[in-house]
Amino acid sequence: MKQIKHIAIKEFKDYFISPIAYIVISLFLIVTGWFFFSTFFMFGRADLRDFFSLLPITFSFIIPAITMRLFSEEKNIGSYEVLLTMPVSFTDIALGKFFAATLFTASMLIPTISYPIFISFIGELDLGPVIGGYLGAIFLAAAYCSLGLFASSLTRNQIIAFIIGCALCFTLTILDRLLFFMPTKIISFIEYIGASSHFMNISKGIIDSRDILYFVSVIFIFIFSTYIVMHEKN
Amino acid sequence: MIEVQNLTKYYKDFCAVNKISMTIRKGEILGLLGPNGAGKTTTLRMLTGFFRPSSGTIKIKDLHMPEDAIQIKSLIGYLPESAPLYHNMLVYDYLDYVAKIKGIDDKEKRYDRFLQLSDLCGLSSIMSQPIGTLSKGLKQRVGLAHAMMTDPEILILDEPTSGLDPNQIAEIRDIIKTIGKQKTIVFSTHILSEAEATCDRIAIINKGRVVADDTTLNLKQKEQSSSIKLSLKGASKDDATALLKGIHSDLVINDVEPIEEDLISFEIKSMDNQDFRSDIYLKIKETDWILVQLTKESQALEKIFRELTREEN
Repeated sequence: MKQIKHIAIKEFKDYFISPIAYIVISLFLIVTGWFFFSTFFMFGRADLRDFFSLLPITFSFIIPAITMRLFSEEKNIGSYEVLLTMPVSFTDIALGKFFAATLFTASMLIPTISYPIFISFIGELDLGPVIGGYLGAIFLAAAYCSLGLFASSLTRNQIIAFIIGCALCFTLTILDRLLFFMPTKIISFIEYIGASSHFMNISKGIIDSRDILYFVSVIFIFIFSTYIVMHEKN
Repeated sequence: MIEVQNLTKYYKDFCAVNKISMTIRKGEILGLLGPNGAGKTTTLRMLTGFFRPSSGTIKIKDLHMPEDAIQIKSLIGYLPESAPLYHNMLVYDYLDYVAKIKGIDDKEKRYDRFLQLSDLCGLSSIMSQPIGTLSKGLKQRVGLAHAMMTDPEILILDEPTSGLDPNQIAEIRDIIKTIGKQKTIVFSTHILSEAEATCDRIAIINKGRVVADDTTLNLKQKEQSSSIKLSLKGASKDDATALLKGIHSDLVINDVEPIEEDLISFEIKSMDNQDFRSDIYLKIKETDWILVQLTKESQALEKIFRELTREEN
C-alpha cells in the first residue's frame, strides 16, 4: 500500500516537472471551453449538459496523451529495470501509475469548476447534474486511464502507445452510436460495453450501481491486463 | 549466500544463458568475466529478479526466486549497466524516492543516509541537479548510491566502470573494494585487469556457459606463462642475443619494438617457467651495457581468457 502511494506521488510530480502537463491541460481547457461556450448562449439553458456530453470524445484523445509515457518512457530509457529490481510488486507499479494518471486528469478538471460558478451567476443552476457530471467524469477518466496504462505497457514507443490508447478509448466512446450496424441479438450487450451511455447516466445525476459497476469492471480488467503484460514480458 | 542451479534463459530460440551453476559465499567479491554478448548481463538480471529464468533455480540466503522476489529484492542493491535513471528528476528527489520505496520511512534517517552516501560516492555538489544533465561517471555514482541505499548485504553491479575515464574507474574500484570488505559483491566486466585487481573469485562466461570458476590466485597459477621484458642500452642485437642464449638453452628470445630510441628490447620466455632474472642480471653485469628494464610480466589471466572464449569457426 505504501509503495503504491510512493510510486503514485512520484509519477504525479513527474507530470509537472516536464512541460507535458501544462500543454495537455491548456489543450484540454481550450478545446472543451471553445466547444462548450461557442453554443452555450444559443440555447439559453443554465446547465453543463453540453460540456459533459463532450467529455468522452475529448478524454479519448487527451487521456492517452497523459498515459502514453507511463510504461513506454521507462522501458525506453531503461529505468524500468531499476524500478522492477526495487522491492515493489507488479501490482504496486500498475496501481501507482494508474492512480497518478487518474489524479492528474482529476486535477485537469479543477479549472473547469469555474464554468458552473460562472453559470450560477447568470441563471438558476441545478447542482445535482453538475455534481453527478463531475463524479461521472472522474469514473470515465479513471476507466480511460486504465486503458491508456494498458496501451503503454505494450510498447516502448510512446507514439504507438498513444495511438493504441486513442483507438481503445475512442472505440469505447463511440460503440453505442454504432448500434445500427450490429445484429439485433447483441445490441443490448454492445450498448452495455460502450462507455458513453454509462457516463451520461451518471452525469444526469442518476447514480446507478450498474453504471458504477461498469466503470469499476473496466478499470479492473485493464489494470489486470497490464499486470499480465508486465508478467509476460519479463 | 547465493546459490544458482542450472540457470537457463532463452530469448525465443536463442539460448543466452545455458545451465549456469555457481555458489557465491558471503563476503566474496565475484567477477563475472566474458566477451560481449556472453550472457553476463542476462545472468545478473535473473539474479536481481528483473528476468524470469527459463529454467533453473536461484536461492539467496534461504529465499527462493521468484516466490520470495520482493524480500530478495530488498536484500540486493543493483546497479544496471550504464545506470538508466529518471532523467528529469533531481538527484536529491531521486534518492529520496528510492529511499522511500526501499522502506526508509523516517525523514531524519533518510537524511543521514544521504549524507553518508554523498560522502562515499561524492555526490554533495550535484544533489540539486537534474540527473539528465550529469556526465556518465556522475550518473554511475548516483546509480551506486541508489544500489547502496539500504546498506544491502548483496551488491550486484553490471559493468560499473564501463565508459568511465581512468580517474573515475579508479574511484569506483576503490568504492567497490571499500564496501567489499563487509558485503557480497557480484560484478561483471570485460576488463581483465579490473577483475584481477578487485575480485576474490573470477567466473569466466562464454556463450552462456561458465567455462572457468576459481579464485583469482588459482586461475593465475593454473596457466604460468610469464615472460621477461629486457631493455639494454649500448649493446648490439646480435651480441645481446648470443649472451642471453648462453644462459640457458631453453630460453626463447624474441626481439621486440624498443621502448625508447637507442635501446634494444627483448621478450624472453622459458619453457619450464623458471625465473631467470637473476642469471640475466649477473650476465649483463659482466658487460659494459646499461640495464634499463628487467621486468616479469604475467599474462596468465589474459591467456586463459583468450583460450576459453576464442571464437570457434
